[in-house]
Amino acid sequence: MLNIPKPNPGPLEPGQRKQLILPILNKDGNLTRLFFIMMFVFILMGSISPSTFLSLDSFISMAYQFPVFGILSIAMMITMVSGGIDLSIVSIANLTSILAAGIMVKFLPPDASLMTSILIIAGAVACSVIMGLLCGLVNGIAVSLIGIPPILVTLGTMQLFMGIAIVITKGQAIVGLPMLFSDIGNGSLGIIPFPLIMFIICIILAYILLNKRAFGLKLQLVGTNPVASKYSGISNSVVLLKTYAFSGLFASIAGLLIIASTNSAKADFGTSYILQTILVAVMGGVNVKGGFGKISGVVMAVLTLQFLSTGLNALHVGNFFKDFIWGIALLLVMVINEVSNRIKEKKLVKQN
Amino acid sequence: MESPLIQLENITKSFGGVKALKGVSLTIQPGEIHCLAGENGCGKSTLIKVMSGVHTPDHGQIFINGKKYKHLSPLEAIKEGIQVIYQDFSIFPNLTVAENIALGSELSAKRKVVSWPNMRRIAKEALSKINVDLELNEKVENLSVADKQLIAISRALMQKAKLIVMDEPTTALTHKEVDALFKVINGLKQDGISVLFVSHKLEEIFAISERITILRNGSNVISEQAKNMDTEKLVYHMTGRKLQDKYYDVDVKNKVPILRTDKFGLDHSFENVSIEIYPGEIVGLTGLLGSGRTELAESLFGLLPATSGRVFINSKEIKIDSVQKAVKEKIVYVPEDRLTEGLFLEQSIERNIIASTVVSLLTKLKMLNQDKINQSVENWIDKLGVVTHSSKLPVKALSGGNQQKVVLAKWLSSNPNILILNGPTVGVDIGAKEDIHNIIKDLAKDGLGVLLISDDLTELRQNCNRVLVMNKGRISGEVRGRDFNQKTWSELQEA
Repeated sequence: MLNIPKPNPGPLEPGQRKQLILPILNKDGNLTRLFFIMMFVFILMGSISPSTFLSLDSFISMAYQFPVFGILSIAMMITMVSGGIDLSIVSIANLTSILAAGIMVKFLPPDASLMTSILIIAGAVACSVIMGLLCGLVNGIAVSLIGIPPILVTLGTMQLFMGIAIVITKGQAIVGLPMLFSDIGNGSLGIIPFPLIMFIICIILAYILLNKRAFGLKLQLVGTNPVASKYSGISNSVVLLKTYAFSGLFASIAGLLIIASTNSAKADFGTSYILQTILVAVMGGVNVKGGFGKISGVVMAVLTLQFLSTGLNALHVGNFFKDFIWGIALLLVMVINEVSNRIKEKKLVKQN
Repeated sequence: MESPLIQLENITKSFGGVKALKGVSLTIQPGEIHCLAGENGCGKSTLIKVMSGVHTPDHGQIFINGKKYKHLSPLEAIKEGIQVIYQDFSIFPNLTVAENIALGSELSAKRKVVSWPNMRRIAKEALSKINVDLELNEKVENLSVADKQLIAISRALMQKAKLIVMDEPTTALTHKEVDALFKVINGLKQDGISVLFVSHKLEEIFAISERITILRNGSNVISEQAKNMDTEKLVYHMTGRKLQDKYYDVDVKNKVPILRTDKFGLDHSFENVSIEIYPGEIVGLTGLLGSGRTELAESLFGLLPATSGRVFINSKEIKIDSVQKAVKEKIVYVPEDRLTEGLFLEQSIERNIIASTVVSLLTKLKMLNQDKINQSVENWIDKLGVVTHSSKLPVKALSGGNQQKVVLAKWLSSNPNILILNGPTVGVDIGAKEDIHNIIKDLAKDGLGVLLISDDLTELRQNCNRVLVMNKGRISGEVRGRDFNQKTWSELQEA
């Protein structure tokens, strides 16, 4: 046991008091702050238009909207924790979902029995997920074994994967997905929509990966200081390979949700998501220099933005303002984080 | 008595939680060769940076030529003639000798067009001031360390230096080059220029200085004429302890070497290195910077896989081609640069300690086992005496000595057989230094083989049963630890 006397628990600092209220959010001031910002946006939107925003319908509609974006943000986040970035996630999502859609459209006869349909759909899903892993591995190999900076690698593969998708589809959307598939994608378990269930599964998966597995620890260490991790006997290349493979995997799951909800697969769907996922990750407290990031932060950032856009819709502000307001919100959160971190650091210095 | 050139009074300076200077005073007279002595981490470098305006002191006063400075800026310091020559000399390796020397004067002349003849004239003049002849058109990167230093000195002279501060100027010099440097320094004194010679090497301190100021743990200990000092006093004031030589001896008869290399080599770094380390031994390894000692260590650790020769562990030949392989063979390495190579500064102490052993701290389901982690971390924090409130604090909040203990804990928790340490006590305060030495000795007594790379003569003499000296990529000599001193060191160096 430690034999160093613990400092007296004097009057609580404001930060500590919050920790007592929110034990899950302790340790990290940014997360606490983000939680209050999220609640603030929720209450603000709720009080401006209680009838529309605070209705069950509106919640269910939200639950169909944010999972795709959320899962892509998780994919982006884990590469950012490794000290890199993955700009190819949306391209991977589209390419893998085109593969899945193609298989379903091509091999599933309209009069197929339920059993065959399920088998073929499952096969298509499996192919798509494996394809996602492979695309991620391509990124991982270029980053870790060849040693090209991640931003350049994934900028290149973003173009490459989209290019392949365009060639395969000749630029057209693949339509006519089996009913069964879109039924699952648009269905729900009780009142919980299927995309939300997938999002929750992805959150749990990513949480375990980052916080409960040796891989997650190594990932954060490599992201903090790749030189020290090399000197600590951690194989940086294995860690990075896995990181980008997981990123591709999450991207392919997002891709499947996209085609299930839109009932079509397109090579250039949701390209604006890429930069937004970076912003969400940063807003969620992921360190752009790598090494640090919490799944809960990313989830709260995604929810905050969803509350904002649904709330604005309810106000009939419309989509014209959405980007504008998102931009403002993201910048604000980052400024607040930066400033308060600086204050905290100064305090620490003074205390010593 | 003349008025002093520079006078520092009661300077304090803190960085984060670390008090680097606790009320230090220093007075330098014009034309004086003053030595600033102290062990690594005693605050010498910080004091220099206060003098040159890089750091603003928290408290205390600075007088230069009788003028009081509240916030001394680097520019003001240069204007007052204070020039610092850092260990890396701050020169441009891709420029020529003439350009390096004359660049400063050329810039301050504020001409729009570079005048090459003028530049060469200035450079020539500067070099002649210290009686040195160098090819003016040679690129600096092709010169020896000693020549680079001379360039830095002549450049300082061109800026009308009144005080030249030399931070550990002899670290990378051979014996002969040190003598040459001392001649230059004495020449400067003749011209009325003061020199502050920063060092922790006893022999050099006595060879050159007129006055000695000693720092220990960020405080002034003594400032005294050199002629009134002797080695014993100096060591006492530097370390706070009487010079008592305790040695480490070990009997390796009838034992099998735990590590043996045979004609071990790495292209362009070292060759033909055949060494043996027996269990229980602490083998010292020293040599100038660039002698290949760090590369040798990193080859044994698999970072720079060797290109020739063989390695045996307990008589079994193995090939160390990756760090993972070395760790599997229970060879571990505490690197030279703690901050960039040894630690994840922003991460917690806990994570730093388990970085290498996390795979042994899992549950049956291969999840992190927080109980096992806590147990291991607390065990090592306790065993090595890391002073901290909580293992969740970022490791950058710790002092140098405690940080080094964390690096040690990271590797000791993997239960190694061979421990390679590269400068384990650089930048570590005296108390922690002694702790680390004791830890190393205890480990050796338990049967580990230790390879200790160091520049510190006393450290090598007191902790190693034998010391190997490397020069230009080869082992140039070996001596018993207790017989190792400045004299044997230079002999082996030039053997």
